[in-house]
Amino acid sequence: MSARRWALHGALALLTAAAPFLLPALAVQLAMLWIMVTLALTWDTLGGQMGYNSFGNILFFGIGMYASAIVQVGLFHDVAAYTDPAGSGSLTFTPREYYLGLAAGLLAAPIAATLAALAFGALILGLRGPYFAIATLGLGIAGGEFAAAWGYVGGASGFLMPVFPGEFGRRALFFYALAASLGIATFAALRWLYGRRFGLALNAIRDDEDKAEALGLPTVRVKIAAWAVSAFFLGLAGAIFGNLNGLIEPREVAFSGATFGVWMVLMAILGGKGTMWGPVVGAVVFHVTKELFWTYLLGWQRVALGVLIVVIVLFFPLGILGHARRRWPETFRARVEGAA
Amino acid sequence: MPAPMTNLLLFLEAPALLVQVLLDGILIGAIYALAAYGMALVWGVMNIVNVVQGELVILGGYLAIMFSGLGVSAFLTVPLAAAALFALGWVMYAGVVFRVTGKDMFVSLLATFGLSILIAQLINQIWGADVRSLDAELGSWLILDSVVTISRARVAALAAALVLGAALVVFLRTSRLGRAIRATAQNARAARALGVDTDWVYAATYAINGAICGAAGALIAMIWVIHPFAGLVFTIRAFAIVILAGLGNLALVIAAALGLGAAENFVGFVLGAQFQGAFVFSLLVAILVWRSRRLARSRKVLR
Repeated sequence: MSARRWALHGALALLTAAAPFLLPALAVQLAMLWIMVTLALTWDTLGGQMGYNSFGNILFFGIGMYASAIVQVGLFHDVAAYTDPAGSGSLTFTPREYYLGLAAGLLAAPIAATLAALAFGALILGLRGPYFAIATLGLGIAGGEFAAAWGYVGGASGFLMPVFPGEFGRRALFFYALAASLGIATFAALRWLYGRRFGLALNAIRDDEDKAEALGLPTVRVKIAAWAVSAFFLGLAGAIFGNLNGLIEPREVAFSGATFGVWMVLMAILGGKGTMWGPVVGAVVFHVTKELFWTYLLGWQRVALGVLIVVIVLFFPLGILGHARRRWPETFRARVEGAA
Repeated sequence: MPAPMTNLLLFLEAPALLVQVLLDGILIGAIYALAAYGMALVWGVMNIVNVVQGELVILGGYLAIMFSGLGVSAFLTVPLAAAALFALGWVMYAGVVFRVTGKDMFVSLLATFGLSILIAQLINQIWGADVRSLDAELGSWLILDSVVTISRARVAALAAALVLGAALVVFLRTSRLGRAIRATAQNARAARALGVDTDWVYAATYAINGAICGAAGALIAMIWVIHPFAGLVFTIRAFAIVILAGLGNLALVIAAALGLGAAENFVGFVLGAQFQGAFVFSLLVAILVWRSRRLARSRKVLR
């Protein structure tokens, strides 16, 4: 790595650590930003690197959220009694129970999500392109319907998460630290993976799956593994977001296809799908503009979301980073050589 | 005893109920066939899997309700909704879809996915999230000792769907445009070389699909209920029917659609209507897995 790269990374690390202290009022928003970065990065694993549209990745977000909730509560109380609307509020957690439960929940969430990805992947990742895409279309919806019908986790009225045992300002910092660690870990892990044979295999599948298979690549296994990797981090993101949000609602929070489910697609293609920094840039740009302008759109924001996707796909298919790379190739090529 | 078991036993006690449930499903299935045939048309001719299909159907339903609110008789709303969506289909092609025809399917999937979000949210914004329906006020017949009711609107919808489907087949077989559409589907380059304006054919195909969806939506609004986010399940239904029946065979499409309608209504009755969507989805996955496993035996893949 060149000195310039080190300086850039150092500055970013410093900014990441300092951000919640510089802008304490926005700490929760900044934590959300890291969740969004994770969502965009994990969508890009299939959508960008492998060339497979997945419209149902939100399923793993929701599964992680519920898995963590069940473990966090189930370690110390009866979950059914906890979610029973008649008896709610009487069951509380000591700080020790809270942190212990959270740790266990953050362990259970990625495991549950990864297992789900392995199972669903084994079912439908033998399929290609449009077949896989349409098959994923219903996944998030089905997850939401199932969770809403499952009384054990509170059904349609949702699941109230244990309350953070500490003052409000510390809560935001705590979750910022968690979300930031997740975002950075996701980035580092994916970057490491993309730099290995695995990353080449993903790109080979995107470029020509038949040829990749003819060359002896076990394409179905690689595809399932890729989905499992993105589900792992999505599950963690779900667990953190569930705790940050406080209430898990099956259709609008956990399996929220119309918000997070669409946003992750949009952020990845906005920043530049198939690039390492693209989803990060896309998430930052989208989250900031969303927070600035969302409320002024008076309900039309979800309509605007659809317009944005169409416009980006038609007129800006390379995304911000892909466009920049084409516009100023020297800058980017210099960087690639420096890394090698 | 769990509710599904009691519901199943209900059929033993009153077999007529089974007739009722299956009949209702079959009558709705005819409309699924329309949406699926339109999807197959666009897929076969333009090589685009139209993710926005279901939303077009639902939009047709809302337009029909709107026309009916303006004093149009229920049955006239069907051609009106079809005409409106024919125009919209043309606009969508000219504005968006023409840019993705001939490109990688990855791109057209994303673009039509964006369109589906756009239309669903637009409907939600304009007409609200409430469940709506259109009462055709036709009453119903009672058969089998007055146990089974057959809604006349549903029978009329079935008839309308069949007439529409037949008209479409005749149109594709005999008319000049129909021949051009079929030629383009077979080989777009050759058709272009022989003087077919394929761009115009694509626009017409997409608009015709819009009209089919509009008519299907108006019929659905009359015999069922619609809400802004019901489109997704219609897309999945249409897709499931198309991959089961193939792209070219209308008779098979109708058979698959009627079967899906009956199966779905049966499961909805036994397990509860809230699981109907999940059932359609699981059925799609099952069909996909079954087809790809069969192809995998001869080392082929579904494409």
